[in-house]
This record gives sequence, C-alpha cells and structure tokens, in this order.
Amino acid sequence: MYEKDGNSYFIVDGHVHIWDARASNLKNIHGKQFIDCFYDYHRNLSPEEVVWDYDTYTYYGGDRLMRDLFAEGYVDHAIFQATLLSDFYVNGFGQTEEAFGLAQKHPDKLTYNHAYDPRNGEAGLAQLRKDAARMSLQGVKLYTAEWHGDSRGYKLDDPWSRRYLEECINLGIKNIHVHKGPTIRPLDRDAFDVADVDKVATDYLELNFIVEHCGLPRLEDFCWIATQESNVYGGLAVAIPFIHTRPRYFAQVIGELLYWIGEDKILFASDYALWTPKWLIERFVDFQIPEDMTEYAPITVEAKRKILGLNAASLYDIDVPAELRLATPTQDTVEVAAGAKEAVPL
Amino acid sequence: MTVAAVSLESEILAALHTVTDPELDQPITELGFVRSVSVDDSGVTVHLRLPTAFCSPNFAYLMASDTQDALRPVPDIGEVRVLLDDHHDSDKINAGLAADSGYLGTFGSEAQESLDELRRTFLCKAHTAAMERCVSTMIRQKRLDADTIHLLTLRDLPEGSEKAALLRRRFALGLSVCPNGRVMVDEVGCPLVAEEVPMRLRFARSVRISMEGNGHFCRGLLATRYDDEGGVHDVMQFTNSRTRNP
Repeated sequence: MYEKDGNSYFIVDGHVHIWDARASNLKNIHGKQFIDCFYDYHRNLSPEEVVWDYDTYTYYGGDRLMRDLFAEGYVDHAIFQATLLSDFYVNGFGQTEEAFGLAQKHPDKLTYNHAYDPRNGEAGLAQLRKDAARMSLQGVKLYTAEWHGDSRGYKLDDPWSRRYLEECINLGIKNIHVHKGPTIRPLDRDAFDVADVDKVATDYLELNFIVEHCGLPRLEDFCWIATQESNVYGGLAVAIPFIHTRPRYFAQVIGELLYWIGEDKILFASDYALWTPKWLIERFVDFQIPEDMTEYAPITVEAKRKILGLNAASLYDIDVPAELRLATPTQDTVEVAAGAKEAVPL
Repeated sequence: MTVAAVSLESEILAALHTVTDPELDQPITELGFVRSVSVDDSGVTVHLRLPTAFCSPNFAYLMASDTQDALRPVPDIGEVRVLLDDHHDSDKINAGLAADSGYLGTFGSEAQESLDELRRTFLCKAHTAAMERCVSTMIRQKRLDADTIHLLTLRDLPEGSEKAALLRRRFALGLSVCPNGRVMVDEVGCPLVAEEVPMRLRFARSVRISMEGNGHFCRGLLATRYDDEGGVHDVMQFTNSRTRNP
C-alpha cells in the first residue's frame, strides 16, 4: 500500500521475476547476451541511486525480492511471470521452483504464473495439465520469440498454440500474458506484430490477453487491436521507467494508452528485477501530463489507483481491503475508451 | 590529405547517410550504428553495431545489406566489406554478406520469400508519421482549419525539413510528389475523404509517437551498451590508409 497526499493506493505488481544468469547457469553465449541486454535496460533507465552492480543483478534470490517488493517497495501483491529460455540457460532463466516455492509460502502476497511452449506438442499439453493442477495456475506467460531447437519463435494463432489456449480454458487458466520478441519464423515478418493477439483474443473470449510492455515497440498496433477487443490489456513493464529518463515521452505513451484502451485495462508492472517498484510507484503517483500537452486529459487519482493495482486485483481475484477499493466500484462496468468509441476499421 | 582522398571519404559518408533504420526511420550514421570505417588499398571495411545483441535479425540484415548496396556505387571504392558486430546472428549475417548470399541464402529455412513486404510495412509507418508531423505543424501554427485538412496539398506545406521528409517517404513508397497532390492520403496514395481524416490523423499520431519512442530506446541502450560519452557523432572511427586506388 502506498499513501500520498491523503490518497491510498493498493499496489499489484503484475510482472516480477527471480532469475539466475550467473556464469554457472549459462548454456551458451546467448545466455550472456540476454542478461547483458537486461542489465543495459536496467542501467539505462533507472535513476543512478537504484542501479545494482552486475553480480547482484545476475542473481538476487527470494529474500532480496521480498524486501524490494514488500518491505521497501509498497507492493501488496505481485505476480511471477515465468521466462524459461531453456535454450540459453542450464536450469532455465526464470527460477521456476524457487518462485513457485516462494508463492506457496506467501499466498497472500505472491501469485505464480507458469509458462508453456506450444512447440512441445502433445507432451507439452500433458505437462501443462500437470502444472496447472500442481500450481493452481490462474495465468501463464508466453514469450513468442523464445528459441526452441531450430525454431526461433511462433505465433499465437499457430494450430498448436490454439490447442494450448483451448486447454487453458479447460483448466481454468484465464490470464494469458504475452511477451512479443524480436525473432519469429519466417523472418520475412515483423516479429513484434500483435496481429496474432488480435486473432486469438477474438476467438477466445473466455481468456484475458495481457500484452506485456503495452506492445512496445509497436505501441500503435497494440492500441489499435486493443480498441477492437474487450479482453486485451496492456502491461506497463518497460514503458513506465521512462517516467524518469524521458517523462515527456512517458506522458505520450500513457496518454495514448488512456485514449485508446482506457484506465480499466492498463496494469502496473516493474518487471522486477529489471527495475525496482519503489521508485516507479512514487514517480507514477506524482506524475501528471505536462500542461502544454493539451491533447491529453490529466490523469486522475482514480485512474492511478486502478492502474497501480485495482485492475490486476480484479483479473486475479485478489482481495482488496475495503478502504482501498474505489468508492464507486466500476470493476464490473468497464469504461470504453475514447479511442475505442470512435475507432472504425482503417 | 589529397583532394581525391577527401572526396572519397565524403562520398562514403554520404552513402552511409542514405541508409536508414527502417523501424526508426533515421539514418544509421545519426543513430550511431556505424562503428568504424576504414579505407585501404583494396577497398573499405565498415563495422556496424546495434543497441542490443537481440535486435531483430531481419532488420539487422536489412541495414547491413543496405549499407553494402549504398557503398558499392561509390567511384574507386574497391571491395566493400560490411560487418555486423556483437549480434546474436553476427556470424550468419556476416558470412551471408561476404558471400553475397542475399536474404534467402543468409537465413536458409528461416526465410520464406523476401523482406520486401516488411520493408514496405515500415515505409508506410514512416510515411504516416511524416504526414502527421506536417499536418500537426500547420494546425499548431493556425494555418489550417480542422474541416479543410483533407483539401491540403503538398504545395500548401511550407518548405523545410518536415516537408522534405514527407516527399522522400512518398517517393520511396511510389506515391505522387506532385505539388497539387493531397497531403492526407492512404498507403496507396488515395486522397482521404473529410470524414476519414480525424481518425486517420489521430492514429497517425500514435504511429509517430511509437517510432519516436523506439528511437529514444535504441539511442539510450546503444549509449549504455558501448559506454558512449561524447554523443554518437564522436563515436565513428574513420581511418584512411589508402596509398593508391584499387
């Protein structure tokens, strides 16, 4: 919970990790390149005083996570998003069992989302059924650009991917977090294209699709498809740290998101440990659209409360203390964004 | 340095300047993607670098092969060697470039047809963003009423970098650059009717913001990755050890 100027905010961090990218866990050069890329994101966008040293960044473990999120970071509940990357790391990048164990120990504070890869076919489906039962999964995280043998990515509307999504519906897994990445077969296409999210969101209305990084680097395509679909949400991971380095650019991103998809469908996320939640939350609560940007309406306290926690709490049935709920609940009647009202197919 | 050497250097730089990052619609020279250029008796070697090891391999290939294509027509240049550094597909791309294998030959089964469609998608985005910049400037300067935006012609746009950029994008897409042509057109050059304009313009703004934002990302990550301190313009190393033309 975070309090400022007499307003209280229930905080759900929609995207956190425990990873291990120490030298002992690297399978090949790509594992090293991957963590170095993460570390550059961290160094480039964090305020100087919260930049970690490289060794800590490669592995920090559960105690550090509990401290950064819940003791110092104002977070009430956080959701693990698994990132397997088995082709790059000996024991995977995201530490599945450690994260799941921590979530079992602190069910009031942590939810564990697992991952699957539809390229594992029938055997992967059987595994998904087992995982869903053992882990009581409410959500999964899919990284469409993950390398897998000769394949370097897949699309959500591939036949096998559809079978897995249908299995999710059967298993009661309702939240599908989608992370688009830079490789997909064939390379003739734009791997960041979100058109496949559009297709499956239309076909599987029982599922919610949370597009991580609000579709960046294809913000406009994400906004466009999200206006057409009632079950597409945007995660703020990676976009929100710009609040520090380029606040005017962040104002444009959040302004666009509020215009096209609306305040009920944007979810706060730190992507811990890419960034730590404390400073992001403090800055976001203090943030306002600059006065000269008259094209965007100011962000209300109510919108901030929804984005910082109430929207995710609703998707994951997280219990919110009565005093932190909105005075007039709007969770059941999702407001249609201005852009969605006016949008007509181009 | 001789006149010929100065001229070769400036021609090489001018050629490199025509190569753009399709996603960002900015020259690779301004983005700091050219790490070094070295001219010797046999030809020229150019090293390129990107903001992350995981930048999309298709765009990485496009920029590297565009660099090769842009340099080859430079008179007396000799052999053109383009190398992409520190990328997860460096080996594959560099081998493909050296052997002139083309996109299909470079990526084998991962490639299907060509990158033409991908390139066109991003040219369309670049055109949309350039169109929005021109129109928004006119509106901001109160030189244009909201209900006559669809009638605006290229002739009405003030001369300057925004107009020049729009004309370049239209030329690249094969759209008319006639002064009487309408500014607000779709991807195939058809003028938009009045009712379509507000939504198109609103969406065009998102396209522009997205491209500009990606530019912030890439510049920031590149500077962090390579620890650039003096800004990208001081980064490129140009050496010329040529004693005679190849």
